[in-house]
Amino acid sequence: MRVAVVQFPGSNADWDALHAVRDVLGADAWYAFHKETSLGDADAVVIPGGFSYGDYLRAGAIAGFSPIDNAIREFASRGGPVLGICNGFQILTEMGLLPGALTRNAHLRFECRDIHLRVENEGPFTNMGKGTVLRLPIAHADGRYHTTSEGLAELERNGQIAFRYSTHKGDAPNGSDANPNGSVGDIAGVYSRDKNVLGMMPHPERASEVILGNDDGLSLFTSLRRHLGFE
Amino acid sequence: MSTPANFPGEPDSSPEIAREFGLAKHEWDRVLSTLSRAPSYAELGVISVMWSEHCSYKSSRIHLGRLPTTGPQVVQGPGENAGAVDIGDGFCAVFKMESHNHPSYIEPYQGAATGVGGILRDVFTMGARPVASLNSLRFGRPDHPKTPHLVKGVVAGIGGYGNCIGVPTVGGEVQFDESYDGNILVNAFTVGIAKTDELFFGVAEGVGNPIIYVGAKTGRDGIHGATMASAEFGEETDSKLPTVQVGDPFMEKLLLEACLEIFATDCLSGVQDMGAAGLTSSSVEMADRAGNGIELDLDAIPRRTKALSPYEMLLSESQERMLMVAKEGREQEVFDLCAKWDLDASIVGRVTDTGRFVCKATPGYDPFDGTGEPDPVVVVDLPVDLLTNAAPKYDRPQEARAEHATLMTMTGDAPDDLGAELVRLIGSPNIGSRSWIWRQYDHIVRDGTVIRPGEGDAAVIRVFCEDASGTREKFLAISSDCNGRHVELDPFGGAAMAVAECTRNVVCVGAKPLGLTDCLNFGNPEVPEQMWRFAQAIDGLAAACAALGAPVVSGNVSLYNETDGKAILPTPTVAVVGQLEDAEHRLGLGFVGEGDVIAHLGRPSRGVLGGSEWLVQRTGSVTGAPVGIDLEAEAALQHAMLELARTKLVKSAHDISDGGFAVCLAESCIATGHGARVTLPSSEDAPAHALLFSEEPSRIVVSLPAGNVGEVGNICKRYGVPFEKIGRVTGQTLAIDGVCEVPIEELADSHAAALDSIVS
Repeated sequence: MRVAVVQFPGSNADWDALHAVRDVLGADAWYAFHKETSLGDADAVVIPGGFSYGDYLRAGAIAGFSPIDNAIREFASRGGPVLGICNGFQILTEMGLLPGALTRNAHLRFECRDIHLRVENEGPFTNMGKGTVLRLPIAHADGRYHTTSEGLAELERNGQIAFRYSTHKGDAPNGSDANPNGSVGDIAGVYSRDKNVLGMMPHPERASEVILGNDDGLSLFTSLRRHLGFE
Repeated sequence: MSTPANFPGEPDSSPEIAREFGLAKHEWDRVLSTLSRAPSYAELGVISVMWSEHCSYKSSRIHLGRLPTTGPQVVQGPGENAGAVDIGDGFCAVFKMESHNHPSYIEPYQGAATGVGGILRDVFTMGARPVASLNSLRFGRPDHPKTPHLVKGVVAGIGGYGNCIGVPTVGGEVQFDESYDGNILVNAFTVGIAKTDELFFGVAEGVGNPIIYVGAKTGRDGIHGATMASAEFGEETDSKLPTVQVGDPFMEKLLLEACLEIFATDCLSGVQDMGAAGLTSSSVEMADRAGNGIELDLDAIPRRTKALSPYEMLLSESQERMLMVAKEGREQEVFDLCAKWDLDASIVGRVTDTGRFVCKATPGYDPFDGTGEPDPVVVVDLPVDLLTNAAPKYDRPQEARAEHATLMTMTGDAPDDLGAELVRLIGSPNIGSRSWIWRQYDHIVRDGTVIRPGEGDAAVIRVFCEDASGTREKFLAISSDCNGRHVELDPFGGAAMAVAECTRNVVCVGAKPLGLTDCLNFGNPEVPEQMWRFAQAIDGLAAACAALGAPVVSGNVSLYNETDGKAILPTPTVAVVGQLEDAEHRLGLGFVGEGDVIAHLGRPSRGVLGGSEWLVQRTGSVTGAPVGIDLEAEAALQHAMLELARTKLVKSAHDISDGGFAVCLAESCIATGHGARVTLPSSEDAPAHALLFSEEPSRIVVSLPAGNVGEVGNICKRYGVPFEKIGRVTGQTLAIDGVCEVPIEELADSHAAALDSIVS
């Protein structure tokens, strides 16, 4: 499996993604700098966390106009799997490849801690099975997913909701801080209509090794490898 | 010799202006006699910042020489942008701690943020990629009206900068005390990793080499910041707002990546960041280290505002700027890599062999708006030596503090219900959970945080060391500490305790200490009693560093931490970097196995409550007999502890510090949700509350499988360390025989809510 990790000047979880995919999973992986116009012969693309171009305007806003953009759009339109993590999720919504928007956390603070999420629908990154509960870390200030009530109904109808925040047992947060940022519908990750593009706020690449205390996140990458027929 | 030109609108220098810039009368006289002429206005600005306490260390230099700075593992000692210790296979850990106290009190968000930015630059200027940060914070009393605003601002500022640039903030410490009501402390630490033979230094070598300015453009922010940091605060503090800098972490991220790529090409002969005293100190210090001179063309300085004068350009502390000395003919490589990262770069001067700091600029010419034509004249022409080695150096008078004998036996009245007292203490702001703080820091970015905040006595990070032969994983432990209350009661012993606690934290997670950085926060050195505290503390640090194997490799001094004549507690903050031989030696602080034996290592408490959190809460003041420290016993304890970690005979380790024995046990229970039943370690006759809450050092509580008791006891015996089995991990309560029994849930709830009264 060959994976391009897109590198914006303010990407800061680019190493985390490269390490998880290349060193832990064992895939071929490389950085695709934002000034490049090609993703090479990648089988999958990861847009990592960080602050793209500083994000003083709005998280991910300017990244939606970078040179590497067209290559990402073209790759996605051919059905190639794209995973946007944290800032990557924000960028994918700004690019219009995913519906909805990410706004300031309801409590207005940056928050870094472990949370739980439940797999809502299967897809390239989630064929570990619907209902699976994962523990993953979050680290963001702008992770509150928002969409209109019609938008939400459409996501439900199309099975585009990949993850919802949950308790450790997999129950709905019911207004508790198991939903860490106030996301509508407790949504932690969404798929595109065609399900080849996934955006999520939690960080699977930071929870893929036992030495980090948690390897739940590796299941997304092994799911991708299965999906692409490499095992 | 004639005085270089003033710019239009600048007054001639005078004793009055010199005083306004922070120079004493005798210092002004010295300027006149050395130069044999009056300085220009810009020159006076340059001299006054370089002679400020912040840049010259004029009150502290003669004392700092007593600190031990050598050891086989020391790669770079004090004097460079940061220190470095060997971590094997040709790699080193580069680290430093620095204060940003005064700016953070004036504007907490930007003050703290730029403190983080400054220490990150110090580390990557050495050619190291930063891998983790810590911070040590002091605020006024929890119910002071300004405290909530300052806490929220500082924490958000540290997070805002560190989270954006992508360096995990993995630990630190915070204390609230009324002595910091008008003068908070923000001490920031960063460690990075570099190849030892590729370290970069701040030297302006090679006469004729071009000096290249890289990064943010120069504005008027932070002018005279170093001078402001060298004075006491009074009522006019708010009017000092323009001396605070504004940070741009995205620019710093670009600078970091560009610098590391530029360094890798080997096209530089030296580099230094523009920190305190900006362009002036970076160029002067680089010239000084190489024994050369520097000539700057100020007309070429990139700027973001109109009509900047030489004085303003030389003293601006605009952030995210670097000064590089390229090897002649290799400038283009620097420009190309700066372009890749969208950074401005300009040649602004040359290295000379004159030993002088010379600046030229054109009056009436402004490249910002294109006014006038360049036709530069000399505006600064000073000997480099005058600004560095020949800067004032003082042996200020000292006077020992009068002993207050009546307080020496103070132990406070025994509380009726010790269980309720423990629940209250563990929920108080100085003892309880700091999770509200560290949750606002990205503490896991870079996939290396192995022991997270709250999980162990020190943070443990995995670092990736990559060279031609591949990538090796290495594991570092880092911790910072100081309790100014113990330093107040006994400056020598309290300072030694800060070092001991820090190295103890590092061995408790299974690492051997390698080196230490310090950040010495004290009051006005012109007050003899304050100077005495400083000198005593230096001796305490020196003794402990020598005894515990942690040489000082870098550091910073922050004096004049006073407001309206009231000084802070003497606060010599230290941070220690250690290394684990093997990641599997790591230990958390929480109990992990039901039925495990709990043991106490070290001499049991004698019930001395001086300076303890409990006694401060009880009496409202920092009083009591100093607890003292036996450095020989401490060293033996730490050697034994390290061997216990390496032999994997124990499953958790937690040292007894703030709050005392009972708080230590409660924290080990809360961390993992296990209960414990113990007896108080045998001791001399003392009231139970004193044994529970004393903060005497050199004690560790470990848990271990019952089958390992004999072997652990033998190891302790071999090192001469008292070992006592005191109980078991069991149940859902913390039970101390004959003293109290409290549900873990009750302790945990109180612990979790400790900062609520301040931040919610």
